[in-house]
Amino acid sequence: MFSILRSLWITFLHMFHKRVTIEYPEEKAPLPPRWRGRIVLTRDPDDMERCVGCYLCAAACPVDCISLQATEDENGRRYPEFFRINFSRCIFCGYCEDACPTYAIQLIPDFEMGEYNRQNLVYEKEDLLIAGQGKYHGYNYYREAGVDVGVKGKGEGINEDKPVDVRKLMP
Amino acid sequence: MNETLKLSLIAIAILLVLVTIAAGLIWVERRMLAAWQDRYGPNRVGTFGILQVAADMIKIFFKEDWIPPFADKSVFILAPAIVMTTILLSFSIIPFAPGILVADLNIGLLFFFAMSSLGAYSVVLGGWASNNKYSLLGAVRGSAQMISYEIFMGLSLMGVVIMAGSFNLTDIVLAQKNVWFFIPQFLGFVIFFIAGIAETHRLPFDIPEAESELIAGYHTEYSGMKFGMFFIGEYLGITLISALITTLFFGGWLGFGFLPPVVWFLIKMFAFILFFVLLRASLPRPRYDQLMSLGWKILLPLSFLNLLVTGALVLYFQ
Ligand code: SF4
Ligand code: SF4
Repeated sequence: MFSILRSLWITFLHMFHKRVTIEYPEEKAPLPPRWRGRIVLTRDPDDMERCVGCYLCAAACPVDCISLQATEDENGRRYPEFFRINFSRCIFCGYCEDACPTYAIQLIPDFEMGEYNRQNLVYEKEDLLIAGQGKYHGYNYYREAGVDVGVKGKGEGINEDKPVDVRKLMP
Repeated sequence: MNETLKLSLIAIAILLVLVTIAAGLIWVERRMLAAWQDRYGPNRVGTFGILQVAADMIKIFFKEDWIPPFADKSVFILAPAIVMTTILLSFSIIPFAPGILVADLNIGLLFFFAMSSLGAYSVVLGGWASNNKYSLLGAVRGSAQMISYEIFMGLSLMGVVIMAGSFNLTDIVLAQKNVWFFIPQFLGFVIFFIAGIAETHRLPFDIPEAESELIAGYHTEYSGMKFGMFFIGEYLGITLISALITTLFFGGWLGFGFLPPVVWFLIKMFAFILFFVLLRASLPRPRYDQLMSLGWKILLPLSFLNLLVTGALVLYFQ
């Protein structure tokens, strides 16, 4: 009996408490920099596409919403011919970002992607590719390692040893 | 002729004001619930969100008005009409101010009891006609709750009737000139209030609808404006119980001068409506058997006691 009156009174006092609501379009909630929102494809410091079309992101995606097709340019550098993310299925888990070996695919703090037409949520490569490097600066996969695609000579990568002459490799 | 015209105008005005109040209460309730839960509630449509009601109305009118193929069609349509009709009819006996009332019945209070008993039919028929097990469970609970609470709802008011010496609500208000009845009849007031909550099946006694157990109870299958009627009916019920408490225990339109009587009436009525909302914001729902045993084992004997003591005292001082 007393506890009923007490809870009535406590509830009543809540009228004078501060409201927890954030009135969204006027007031925005602060998003942390590692917020997992809209997905972008970034470029390396030389302004080339980072993505090497390895399909790891598509394989990692739990809802299978990434679709891409890899191809090569005249130097043998791999890049995606098309790269499509269906954001009406994406659950923003960030697995694709974890899987990517080249920091190409990144999730950024932006969630305002509302559309009236569902088809507009399917983003093509032109919509995804941005001009900058995203969250990870200064990384260029082809300068670190890998084959010669016109970026560096064989064995001249930053963390790479000179190639070994197999004929001199005697025990 | 002129007199008839005036009376019909008053009746129509009361009807319109009541329906508007009941619709506006949806907004009031949402705002107040939000205030008591540290939120804002609907505040976008119009000033302070007051046009939310209009938006909701437009929406509910355009909803598909679906009658399930397995339902008992005529009864299904009849049920929501009953709740509106009986509650609106009950309002006809309430004196909002001297001269502003529909029917000055000499058995006004009995008329209210008759109408609220009929109101139980809307729950029973709605649940039965839906042909759905959740609806049926809700209807069974609803009818049991309403019938058992009706009994001491009546008994709790007999103290007021004894003190005023009349069933006529205008006489009851006038008998409170010196002291409002909630002081001598405090027990009766508390019992009537609890019974009133159960009668309108509002939280914490919303056991017939209990969303967490029965989806929406007896109106699970209802949609569109038929659901709207149940909804408005619930708010009309709150308004009715608040108006009755004001009339019977808090001196009706009697105030302290400086404001017209009808304003006093509305102020008191809204205070009780807000209390209904506060109850909803703070109390959990009891179990069904707890509700029944509270009714039969505690409140019924208490209201008998109240009746006996009041009767004895009135006889003694006569
Ligand atoms: S965030 Fe998750 S769901 Fe979205 S594309 Fe990446 S892996 Fe798929
Ligand atoms: S994991 Fe990275 S590099 Fe591989 S296809 Fe996806 S975005 Fe391109």
